[in-house]
Amino acid sequence: MSKAREQSSTTGTPRRGAVVPPPTPPKFFELIPPNPGIDFVGMAPKVAVASILLIVIGLATMWARGGLNYGIDFTGGTMVEVRFPSATSIADVRASLDRPDVRSVSVQDVGGAGADFQIRAQQASDEASSVADAIKAGLKDRFGEGSYDVLRVESVGPKVGSDLWRNATLAVIASTIMMGLYIGFRFDLPVGVGAAAKLLHDVLFTLGAISIANMEFDLTTVAALLTVVGFSVNDNVIISDRIRESRRKNRNEPLATLVNTSINETLSRTVINSGTVVLTTATLFLLGGPVIHSFAFALLIGFLIGTVSSIFISTPIVLALEARRTHRA
Amino acid sequence: MSVQYRALALALLSVAALVIVVPTFVSPPPAWWPWKQSVRLGLDLQGGTHLLYQVQIEQAIDNSVDRLAREVEREMRDAQVGAFTAEREGRAIQVRLGNREKRAEARKFIQDRFPNLTVQEPGGSNAPDLALELQQRELLRIRDGVVEQAMNVIRNRIDEFGVVEPTLQVQGDDEIVVQLPGIQDPQRAKDLIGRTAVLEFKFLAEGPQAGTLESPGPGTQVVSGERDACPSGKCLVERRSIMTGDVLTDARVQPGGSLEGPTVDFVLDSQGARLFGEATSAKVGRQLAIVLDNNVQSAPVIREPITGGRGQISGRFTFEEAQDLANVLRNGALPAPLKLMEERTVGPSLGKDSIRQGTISFLVGSMLVWAFMAIYYRGGGLITDVALVLNVLFLVGAFALFGFTLTLPGIAGLVLTVGMAVDANILILERMREELRLGKNARAAIEAGYDRAWSAILDSNVTLFLSGLIMFQFGSGPVRGFAVTMCVGIATTLVTAVFATRVMYDWLVSQRRLATVSV
Repeated sequence: MSKAREQSSTTGTPRRGAVVPPPTPPKFFELIPPNPGIDFVGMAPKVAVASILLIVIGLATMWARGGLNYGIDFTGGTMVEVRFPSATSIADVRASLDRPDVRSVSVQDVGGAGADFQIRAQQASDEASSVADAIKAGLKDRFGEGSYDVLRVESVGPKVGSDLWRNATLAVIASTIMMGLYIGFRFDLPVGVGAAAKLLHDVLFTLGAISIANMEFDLTTVAALLTVVGFSVNDNVIISDRIRESRRKNRNEPLATLVNTSINETLSRTVINSGTVVLTTATLFLLGGPVIHSFAFALLIGFLIGTVSSIFISTPIVLALEARRTHRA
Repeated sequence: MSVQYRALALALLSVAALVIVVPTFVSPPPAWWPWKQSVRLGLDLQGGTHLLYQVQIEQAIDNSVDRLAREVEREMRDAQVGAFTAEREGRAIQVRLGNREKRAEARKFIQDRFPNLTVQEPGGSNAPDLALELQQRELLRIRDGVVEQAMNVIRNRIDEFGVVEPTLQVQGDDEIVVQLPGIQDPQRAKDLIGRTAVLEFKFLAEGPQAGTLESPGPGTQVVSGERDACPSGKCLVERRSIMTGDVLTDARVQPGGSLEGPTVDFVLDSQGARLFGEATSAKVGRQLAIVLDNNVQSAPVIREPITGGRGQISGRFTFEEAQDLANVLRNGALPAPLKLMEERTVGPSLGKDSIRQGTISFLVGSMLVWAFMAIYYRGGGLITDVALVLNVLFLVGAFALFGFTLTLPGIAGLVLTVGMAVDANILILERMREELRLGKNARAAIEAGYDRAWSAILDSNVTLFLSGLIMFQFGSGPVRGFAVTMCVGIATTLVTAVFATRVMYDWLVSQRRLATVSV
């Protein structure tokens, strides 16, 4: 406790009001003490290895499944979601789609209650909606119009899907590089490299988690990844900001110690910062409904891992780069 | 700026936002209410159809060359340059003259009349006598114009179809997005938009030169047709058309009797009336072919010369079909065929579910954050909570003010903004705690808290804003809605979480002589 005060005391500047100090140190409601004194830098390699191992497992399941569970945004094809007011058997729904103009159809009972069904089929031609019309006709013939509710229809031509692939990859890579450049410009080149590497790690980790959980990967998931890239760099900002400030004051202290102290001092705010965001994201995941389920999942995983990786992935990289730099100089 | 002025500015801003937001929640607002526009909901929330079309520009260029070939033919015939044919071959028009001696004369004539064509005289025995090509500049002009022209045609057709607040947007080089709120069964709308609607008036081929359906004679072609017009489903028509749909000035539905059903009556402009009159006077007794998108719609027998510039298309139409046909004829043909690339329909029940689930998530999420801040940071938390309410108010107000569209991911963005907005306050409050631990008084701690935290707050928001911009660029529809919410949310966060809370603190310190600060 006294150690904490000594270190932060260097940041204070005497002012008029400081002449009469309060008799007792102020008490705050704290979940994390101002300086918990955890050896983050020492732990970093182990945590980093564990996290990279998880990424490998995630990517391995992706490979084993032959890719992610892509939504029709990416694969092209047709999806029709219908709701029946009374329980209907999946076999009935399948039978209604036994038509020559509906190819490789798959029917899924969403929620398992025989109410909501998701029907997917491949596109027969490069016109987007012919299969959707065929599916709707099949349902109408079997069940009669008005006896069910068409929740949504999505038809995407194959060209849209392949364009999207390229654009999504480009967008994620571009924003990662942009974050690295911005942080590198605001702080220091090694800090920028550390941030970009950590963001890449976060994206891969999230993709791995999506694969393990078999969540759908669609357009909104890409938006989630971009948000994670933009937001997760915040913890790097906070920690680097503190390192920069402490470095000015304690020029003689070894960098590793300085970095570790800075992480400890800012731990409370990085954890609470992510905490409020995770709180709202978890609410979206639990209550937001099926349409944004995979979106909220990607955000949740990305935000959680983002805080961890700011400490355990970026820090060793920054330290290593700095060590090489001083070594050369 | 003194604290009084800043407080006044904040109060005015809040009142304005409140006025703007009310119509979104109280509808309709009282008649005297100064702001009427409520927040616009995306198709995923209100239900409707989203269509993405690709304009087949290459086809449009082919069509233009075709049209030019016909024009060249007509002009040359009028100028009596002798026997010849002009046919499109790829992007070129090949002219074959009956008499090769007249090549120089024909060349000069075309160069004078069609300055936007380049004329070449290819060698070789089998080559045409003249090869005409569009100039590069002319090609570019067509390319640029096609998408806009298609937009206008589609807009006119939809306007007459009667959709409330449809939106049309050009996307990329050659794509058009059509959004039709409230349309659940888009079949009719798709038929209406996607129909090229090229109308041609021709004669059914007859006589010894006509040939048969299996081997059409020179100058004739086989096209499909309605059963009433072509009993076999196919008709032999003359290749040359009397006129095309651009001479129509009006087209209306005639209800018709119970037997023949509705028909579409049309009116021609003076040039069309003249052409039609001449052609029908010369060929009384022949059968006319009214060809719509290469399909013979009807084939009436010409009983007398039609000089009044009026005509009628019959068929086995339902009233709706006749209505849509009149609509497309009135608004002209598309400059190029459209290809449907993407169709998304959201039914009203899913939209309602989404609104409900989005609202619940928002309420629960913000309540959790609200309560956490108040419990953890006490006084400072309460000030943050006031700023949070203002933040949401300003964010929703900005949507109503600028007419941004709120989508389901947009609502998610609103929920996330709540979680992210307090981050700025957490940085400030944690910093204030640090300064207080050092023994500073309230005023100094507040000042240092804001000063020292500002740089990190700015950097965090800049990075998020940058990724929001990339997302906007990348995404479409709902994803854009999310990107917009996030970027606007960053702006309102800077105003409320930093500026507004500072005003509140300064006001407390200066007006209330605040000696201790609760964080």
